[in-house]
Amino acid sequence: MYTARNYVVAASPEEAWELNQKKANAILGGGCWLRLGRRRYDTLIDLSGLSLDEIRLEGDTISLGAMVTLRQVETSPLLRESFGDYFSRCTRHIVGVQFRNCATVGGSVAARFGFSDPVTALLPLGCQVELVKAGRIPLEQYAAMPYDRDVLTHIHIPLPKYGRPVYESVRNTQTDLPVLTCAVAREENGLAAALGGRSGRPSLLRGADRDGLVEQAMKLSYVDNLRAGADYRRHLAKVLLNRACAQLEGGEQL
Amino acid sequence: MKLTLTLNGVRRTDEVAADTTLFSYLRDRGCLSVKCGCETSNCGLCTVWLEGKPVLSCSVPALRAQGKSVTTLEGLQEEAAQFGAYLADEGAEQCGYCSPGFVMNVLSMVRELDNPTDEEIKEYLAGNLCRCTGYQGQLRAIRRYLQEKGGAK
Ligand SMILES: Cc1cc2nc3c(=O)[nH]c(=O)nc-3n(C[C@H](O)[C@H](O)[C@H](O)COP(=O)(O)OP(=O)(O)OC[C@H]3O[C@@H](n4cnc5c(N)ncnc54)[C@H](O)[C@@H]3O)c2cc1C
Ligand code: FES
Ligand code: FES
Repeated sequence: MYTARNYVVAASPEEAWELNQKKANAILGGGCWLRLGRRRYDTLIDLSGLSLDEIRLEGDTISLGAMVTLRQVETSPLLRESFGDYFSRCTRHIVGVQFRNCATVGGSVAARFGFSDPVTALLPLGCQVELVKAGRIPLEQYAAMPYDRDVLTHIHIPLPKYGRPVYESVRNTQTDLPVLTCAVAREENGLAAALGGRSGRPSLLRGADRDGLVEQAMKLSYVDNLRAGADYRRHLAKVLLNRACAQLEGGEQL
Repeated sequence: MKLTLTLNGVRRTDEVAADTTLFSYLRDRGCLSVKCGCETSNCGLCTVWLEGKPVLSCSVPALRAQGKSVTTLEGLQEEAAQFGAYLADEGAEQCGYCSPGFVMNVLSMVRELDNPTDEEIKEYLAGNLCRCTGYQGQLRAIRRYLQEKGGAK
């Protein structure tokens, strides 16, 4: 558990940003991950006074505030209407309901964990993230950037134009971190896919078709660790991409 | 820092430190049903309700509960005893250590899901770990409890 001397509910995104420039301070999302560390913080910066806990339709985009919980993402009627069960599939196995009522989508995206289900799911959708200083930038860019001290306020998800995307993941056991995560969406000129749980951050692949994606995925590096070996992960990448593409192509469930 | 909240129906104001978790705050206020079973935010034993929703009190800073309502097992005694009788009848518990968090989450599931299937029950309760049993007794107890209460809600 961490320690902290002060707790500030930020009155504006700018105030949160100012406070966050000090290395001894930290933005508090749901606190689920922060809680695992033993750091000593000077000030915890709470964003819960900034109305960032809403999921809103703005034109042809759905905007998620950074403080929206993973459970809200999982159960949102608005997301379900456009994306079917996509967002429930990428959140429902993350620990338990109580955890997902705490953990935020902002904390999950800002942390950019290599195994991240939400980052994997959001990457192929052409999302933008909104940061206090950097403004709106593509998630693809943010996902690859080194960590800095900017504050994430929103994630903007364009409504799907070419059919619903598909999400697949594999875990050794319920509630554990995923061994591999995979999301595939149709784009104007082909397919976009993301693979997480590989090694490093989840990455985006583009291909004209299923074979193109699989070919690229086979060239990526995969980590050997307690949960699975690299060869098994590479094999899973192929299986999950094939399953996801089959569902995209014809609603086929493998 | 000052924290004002409604705890089990009673409004109160206390002085808390910036890094006090909701868990420690509740224990210090005599809610001894609330326990901490892990250091990793994933056992579910510390489950309480914040604004009626189940959360992990070990991960939520106490100051997040500012102006909100918090419910622990102490505030749901009658309902908890009712469901507890089903657990006992099915011999579901061994050491019983996991029960407070489990019961809190079952009671919120009953409010949130209508007539849940076994799969839905398992998914809703996946974040409550029990190290003694195989969850079968608990599942039987839930099914009987739901049946005799006439479904959910
Ligand atoms: C036991 C356990 C199991 C997990 N399993 C999975 C899993 O299976 N799949 C999965 O995808 N994830 C998993 N996670 C990660 C989890 O889903 C969340 O991503 C994680 O808890 C972070 O969310 P949070 O809201 O709790 O963030 P916090 O813990 O509050 O913050 C995380 C980090 O992000 C920073 N931060 C938070 N919000 C912002 C913001 N708006 N702007 C800038 N920086 C910010 C914080 O300062 C901190 O450094 C797991 C976590 C735990 C603890
Ligand atoms: S004590 Fe284990 S999840 Fe809170
Ligand atoms: S009965 Fe012992 S942990 Fe559940």
